[in-house]
Amino acid sequence: MQHEQESSTGAKTDTQERYRIAVFGGCYNNYLALQATIDDARRRGAQALYCLGDMGGFGPHPDRIFPILWENEVMCMQGNYDHSIGNRLADCACGYTDPRDNYYAQISYEYTLANTSDRPKDWLRDLPPSIRLELANRRILMVHGSPRRVNEFLWESTTPEQFLAKLFDDYHADMILCTHTGIAWQRQLPDGRRLVNVGAIGRPPNDGQTTVWYALLTIYQGRNRVESELLPVAYDYERLAYEMRQERLPEEFVETVLTGWWTTCLEILPSKERARGRF
Amino acid sequence: MNTSRPEVRHALTMAGSAIVSPDPPDLQLDALDTLWLQVTGTLCNIACLHCFITCGPKNHQHEMMTVQQVRAALGEAREQGVREYYFTGGEPFLHPAIQELITITLEQGPLSILTNGILIDDAMAAWLGETFRRSPYSLDLRVSLDGSTAPENDKVRGKGTFQQILAGIERLARNGINPVITVTEVRPSMGLAAERAAFMEFVRSLGLEKPRLKFLTPFLIGREEKRTRGYREDELLHDGDLQPGEAQKLQCSSCRMVTDNGVYPCPLLINIPGAKMGEAFSDGLRPIKLAWQPCYTCHVYGVTCRT
Repeated sequence: MQHEQESSTGAKTDTQERYRIAVFGGCYNNYLALQATIDDARRRGAQALYCLGDMGGFGPHPDRIFPILWENEVMCMQGNYDHSIGNRLADCACGYTDPRDNYYAQISYEYTLANTSDRPKDWLRDLPPSIRLELANRRILMVHGSPRRVNEFLWESTTPEQFLAKLFDDYHADMILCTHTGIAWQRQLPDGRRLVNVGAIGRPPNDGQTTVWYALLTIYQGRNRVESELLPVAYDYERLAYEMRQERLPEEFVETVLTGWWTTCLEILPSKERARGRF
Repeated sequence: MNTSRPEVRHALTMAGSAIVSPDPPDLQLDALDTLWLQVTGTLCNIACLHCFITCGPKNHQHEMMTVQQVRAALGEAREQGVREYYFTGGEPFLHPAIQELITITLEQGPLSILTNGILIDDAMAAWLGETFRRSPYSLDLRVSLDGSTAPENDKVRGKGTFQQILAGIERLARNGINPVITVTEVRPSMGLAAERAAFMEFVRSLGLEKPRLKFLTPFLIGREEKRTRGYREDELLHDGDLQPGEAQKLQCSSCRMVTDNGVYPCPLLINIPGAKMGEAFSDGLRPIKLAWQPCYTCHVYGVTCRT
């Protein structure tokens, strides 16, 4: 899945000017997938790494995420989960509306809150809510949910073009990168402006595969050109499942890791995305 | 809330026949995310006893919208960056051009249709299934059903409707549509977890492998006023009643309703004298006052009409 955004000159690529950044989100305590994603991005030549937030939730051993983020100098911003954990709040403010979704969300939230040390909590509390870059004459805005709300879901089937155009106008951006839904997708408007939902690296995107997804941007500085690619990453999901069981996390979560099908957070899915899943 | 103060009760004013709050909270329109279209007005093939706008076969209070009216509203909505659309009525599938309306709306964004399902025959279900698969945007059918047995449902929705609704649901399921079953809590016990869980099992037994349920609190206007009771005079909102963060959660902070005769804050208020915001789409873009009695239900129960 790849999009290109370039100037009207249609200039050819120039690898001399090429600059790559990796953008991912939704770590959900999955430190194994985080390390695999960083390794994959480095292999592909990523010179900078960005994380759009939600470090915790779902997976085991929350504290194992932070050394990897810090040692690899990942530039991070705050998701709703990070805000809640950082401020020691009572729930994740994920934006679910269904009682069953909230039941499972609360289990993982309480586990993550109880097993995150104070130093990472304080670090999460102080993360910025967004990141702005200007690359290849493109105003790039990185957010967690949407530019206007940290826990707004931008799904492929419920984010029409005119709504996107309004977001680009209102928030003065040519490219928006977001996460929060857990399913990667991207759309370019006829005028070249583009939204990239980078998906999540903590949990597979309800596609029956065990891989997780992130985005790689290739920027051609002198050519006013940006390419965005969504990439799958394999990691040791069986080890993650084993550790989740050792931590007595819900078997429903483990099943998702092993099968690639969501068993929870289903009611928030729009009908198109829900129809693609097993449950 | 302190609506029992004598001075407040005495200050209640009337607008037409509606009781309104003398000091209602103001509510900004954050962004017009959701556009409701009353495509068949108040015309319906059935006449439910809890209908808050008293729809029925002979209620012409709001007429059907023409295709031109819907196109015009969609054009205005596009300018506003609207994110999602809802068709309601009345019964949307009474509209002779319903397929055209669905097609032109889905070209622009995701659509939810509120229906009783009775008029969805095999051909319509097949067309909806194909449309759902082809469209890049989500198409949701919300089918109303008010009980898991015929006596329960038919008592409210009319004799024989239970079987007709189930037939419509099954036709949709056969064609790859997973409808949201919408249940109005016509008995207090329907709000209890055990009864909701039982209803979920009932829906699963209909062949819906991924059951989706939405429970709605009744609004004490329209026919519901006669079935149970109307609002008391103290069931109104006053300035300062909204909790921190609540305004954003109220759907009317991000939605408007268009009917054949004008623009309203939300689907509940189209028959309330004084609630109409104007004739033109742009009239609906200004802030509103939560002066009306149904606003009280949304505040107290956190109701949203969204799917």
